[in-house]
Amino acid sequence: MPEGSEPLLEVHDLVVRYGAATALDGVDLAVGRAEMVALVGPNGAGKTTLLDTVSGLVAPAAGRIELRGRLAQVPEGRRLFPEMTVEDNLRLGAWRVRDRRVGPVYELFPHLVELRRRKAGSLSCGEQQMVAVGRALMGQPDLLAVDELSLGLAPQIVDTLAEHLQDLNRRSGMAILLVEQNARLALDICSRAYVIEAGRIALSGPSEQLRSSPEVQAAYLGGAYEE
Amino acid sequence: MTLFLQYLAAGIASGSTFALVATGFVVIYRVTGVINFAQGVFAVLGGFLAYSLLHAGVAHGLAEGVAVLITAAIGLVVGLVALGRRGTPPLASLIVTLGLAIFSYAVVITVWGDLPISYDGLSGLLAIGGVSMQRQYVLIVGAAVVTFLALALFFGRTYLGMALTACSSDQRAARLMGIDVWRMGLLAFAVGGALGGLAGVLLTPLQPVQFDSDVGIAVNGFAAAIFGGLVRPVTAFAGGLVLGVAEAMVAGYYRSSYETAIALAVMLALMLWQASRRGPTEE
Repeated sequence: MPEGSEPLLEVHDLVVRYGAATALDGVDLAVGRAEMVALVGPNGAGKTTLLDTVSGLVAPAAGRIELRGRLAQVPEGRRLFPEMTVEDNLRLGAWRVRDRRVGPVYELFPHLVELRRRKAGSLSCGEQQMVAVGRALMGQPDLLAVDELSLGLAPQIVDTLAEHLQDLNRRSGMAILLVEQNARLALDICSRAYVIEAGRIALSGPSEQLRSSPEVQAAYLGGAYEE
Repeated sequence: MTLFLQYLAAGIASGSTFALVATGFVVIYRVTGVINFAQGVFAVLGGFLAYSLLHAGVAHGLAEGVAVLITAAIGLVVGLVALGRRGTPPLASLIVTLGLAIFSYAVVITVWGDLPISYDGLSGLLAIGGVSMQRQYVLIVGAAVVTFLALALFFGRTYLGMALTACSSDQRAARLMGIDVWRMGLLAFAVGGALGGLAGVLLTPLQPVQFDSDVGIAVNGFAAAIFGGLVRPVTAFAGGLVLGVAEAMVAGYYRSSYETAIALAVMLALMLWQASRRGPTEE
């Protein structure tokens, strides 16, 4: 984390077990206010487990989590309520807060205005991801955790959504933790990153530094990284 | 033809009570994944509570209303015991509800005795299209329809109802929104208790209830709920009506002792049909 940046989320020596299997083994991670941090790693490395533990869905076996603010998660696969309308999905995102006005989300994603009465299950994957991000934003988070933003989406849609997240981070100072298998995307838009493998943080540092790391290039970037 | 229409009217009335019980099954199952074997008990308790309140001099309408509220509270308690600690598996909760249903026999016998009870409902006959039917039938059907519409509005239009729907749609996503799925489960049990209680207070004037009447009520309600695969309230409601009419026809044209057998046969056939639609389990 950069010097002087107040930590919004700190994870210390986190251990999570599912029965006899250890999913996370001594994980340390921090996200500062207004930071964009990536967590990259292969399938089954423990990325979603880490998010779920920070979100309170999974109880850790050991370690400490300090969250100084509100966290909202955009889950992997979006997980909208398919029989509900777009607007009802958005409104449910505000369960923890009193303000249920959906206007700010429509300002961010104007395309959702015309879809607001449509059932969420009938939308395209890209539109559903907009709703999922919007629903998380309705919880007025200080930290937005996005699990697999790019999963199943066309590159053009991913670029648009990534721009929205960067814009959100720049304008409102909202911290973003981007959990991605697509390391190229994650390292492009985040200033810092962690690489998790088999439940342990294998590498961490500024994105630029990780991009030039031979291990990251070989394992996640398909060889030499090109701008 | 007149006889047929009278059987039809009686069937729709009893089917409406099955539909209420079935909707209770569905509401609880959708949110918690638990098949509540104590669902029939709510109807029995609703009948007994209304009986006691009426005998204590409470006016009709108020007595039944209070009885329904009490069964809602009983539903909440059943939910607390059955759901137990957060993370209790639905199968464990199901067995707890079965135990509570049996325990209720001891409670009912201790408080009210083991003889069947009944009380007067709406008296008199109503002639519609040349067919005479009891006013109580009309009350039952009307109350069931109003309740169902109110539930549809609650689940579709209110924020709390939408949260309940969210829990039944995707519990993980609901938890991420900050919705307490366990508390929503308790609310579902309370709604299930009220629906069962309402069925009981409406049915008791037509069919005396005793401590073990819950079995027949639950079997019919469950059979109706199975129509909608335990998750679709509208289909469960329709299932209750179909079952009620089928039973009334069998009782009218053949023997009333075959009523429950019909419900069980329908339930079995539907379960076999649904199992065949899923196809063979892959090894």
